[in-house]
Amino acid sequence: MSIDKDTARRVAHLARIRVEEDQLDNLASELSGILGFMEQLAEVDVDGVEPMTSVTPMALKRRDDVVTDGNKQEQILKNAPDAREGFFAVPKVVE
Amino acid sequence: MGDFSKLTIADARDKMRAGDVTSTELTQHFIDAIDAADTLNAYCAKTPEIALEQAAAADKRIAAGDAPDMCGIPLGIKDLFCTKGVASQAASNILGGFKPEYESTITTQLWNSGAVMLGKLNMDEFAMGSSNETSAYGPVISPWQREGSNTPLTPGGSSGGSAAAVAADLCMAATGTDTGGSIRQPAAFTGIVGVKPTYGRCSRWGVVAFASSLDQAGPMTKTVRDSAIMLEAMCGHDPKDSTSADLAVPNFEAMLTGDIKGKKIGIPKEYRLDGMPDEIEKLWAEGAEMLKAAGAEIVDVSLPHTKYALPTYYVLAPAEASSNLARYDGVRFGHRAEVAADEYINEMYQHAGDKSDKKIKLQAIDRMYLATRAEGFGPEVQRRVMIGTYVLSAGFYDAYYRKAQRVRTLIKKDFDDVFAAGVDAILTPATPSAAFGLGEMADADPIKMYLNDVFTVTVNLAGLPGVAVPTGLDSQNLPLGLQLIGRPWEEGDMLNIAYQLEQSAGFSSKPQKWW
Repeated sequence: MSIDKDTARRVAHLARIRVEEDQLDNLASELSGILGFMEQLAEVDVDGVEPMTSVTPMALKRRDDVVTDGNKQEQILKNAPDAREGFFAVPKVVE
Repeated sequence: MGDFSKLTIADARDKMRAGDVTSTELTQHFIDAIDAADTLNAYCAKTPEIALEQAAAADKRIAAGDAPDMCGIPLGIKDLFCTKGVASQAASNILGGFKPEYESTITTQLWNSGAVMLGKLNMDEFAMGSSNETSAYGPVISPWQREGSNTPLTPGGSSGGSAAAVAADLCMAATGTDTGGSIRQPAAFTGIVGVKPTYGRCSRWGVVAFASSLDQAGPMTKTVRDSAIMLEAMCGHDPKDSTSADLAVPNFEAMLTGDIKGKKIGIPKEYRLDGMPDEIEKLWAEGAEMLKAAGAEIVDVSLPHTKYALPTYYVLAPAEASSNLARYDGVRFGHRAEVAADEYINEMYQHAGDKSDKKIKLQAIDRMYLATRAEGFGPEVQRRVMIGTYVLSAGFYDAYYRKAQRVRTLIKKDFDDVFAAGVDAILTPATPSAAFGLGEMADADPIKMYLNDVFTVTVNLAGLPGVAVPTGLDSQNLPLGLQLIGRPWEEGDMLNIAYQLEQSAGFSSKPQKWW
């Protein structure tokens, strides 16, 4: 499966990584190379094989549905690039 | 004050308890050694004040008696671990300036047992790499050099700073993390011991996530005994990590008897690669001979799906990474790109998933996300996030992601079958070669670098414990290591076999100090 320039553009956008238009051909060929390496998996017969979802079989633990943490507004906002009046501030979302 | 640089954790513990040395003396020695070794670029943050404070507290505890084994032991901590109030950036620009308001479970346990933090250790960005060259802090230079050459070599990766610091005596031991071989490959490249525990042994809470179903932290030390001591302090159930195993943690050190009589050691034929250097082949055969001489039974085993492990890994790990790294959006922490409010990059991107030619206008916040992630992530991280995005995207999910999850089931079953047949541990080379030079792989395609993990990645996919033990030198006097793979939760048994291998091999080489 080879990735074309349009697909590379779409993948970059889905991943929310800006890639300049003149870099897209390069990206497409890099991604194609890596995907080519993965093509080997096509030859494995996986009929009736369950996809692995947990490598060590264990039941998820349950706990009481109670609040165990909180009241940490200051700590949570401490590393924010832009925090105002107790909130995270972001560029305008609605035009 | 004497030469503390060669002390092991076990030696230091005994000497501190006997009153022959204090943690403060040891800690000051390492602080000075670190300051004299900036050339290696192993530490990305130094914390001498914290270290001396912890050392003073440890000395009080030791004097009072009843101190835990790790009390007063000076450690380096991989930058992937969140340490409260201390820069924790996963060697990425996207976490520039990030100082966590919390401490990872593993480091909390280490500090509770009295260990001392010397600083944070360099690594590949987000642990994605095998040479430490993807780090935002620049590469780590290995303390090892080829005989008669001063070409700078890689210490391996992603735990390259940890490996270099232990090998160069810039700490007594270090924490590492291992998603596809990131503890065992650098350990082998630098002549030290590195352990990846069974998936679920060590809590992942507070360790920056790369591929959550594969990530495990572990110790990187000078000896197998030190790994046993440090691993015990790192393990244990943690309610904050839902994949953490609620199992008792054994006294691993007490299991190091060296008695491996009657143990069945498997030699997997699929690990004999075409074009494998003779030196590696010889090292492996010698290792098997040593275990045999110590009373173990050597048996040939087959792990038929081995050749599919790397392609499986390079679907699953990037898929999980693309999801885990979605959180770095410039909103809550780390780097945010400056985007002018009136700057429109319209007509540039198609709408996500839209096959039509319709172009969309990007809002300011979208432009902020796109620019932040383009500026913050390095090329290898960007590449993996995009591969992961692709294999999870509509239309390709079944063909790649789902398929790889199924092959992963088969890879694990290979190991289950071998262990069910009575094999106690599996012996393999740790790496396909000795350490390579920095920049030597720069022009190679990314796949070539990925091949470094060929012997280690199966272990992560199967969730098993593995340990790299240094057993020899190559013709250029660089260290080479072997890997032992244990049964799930049998780290103690695996370490005992590793201990016997270590004693038999008698590896004692150290890098010549040139820095």
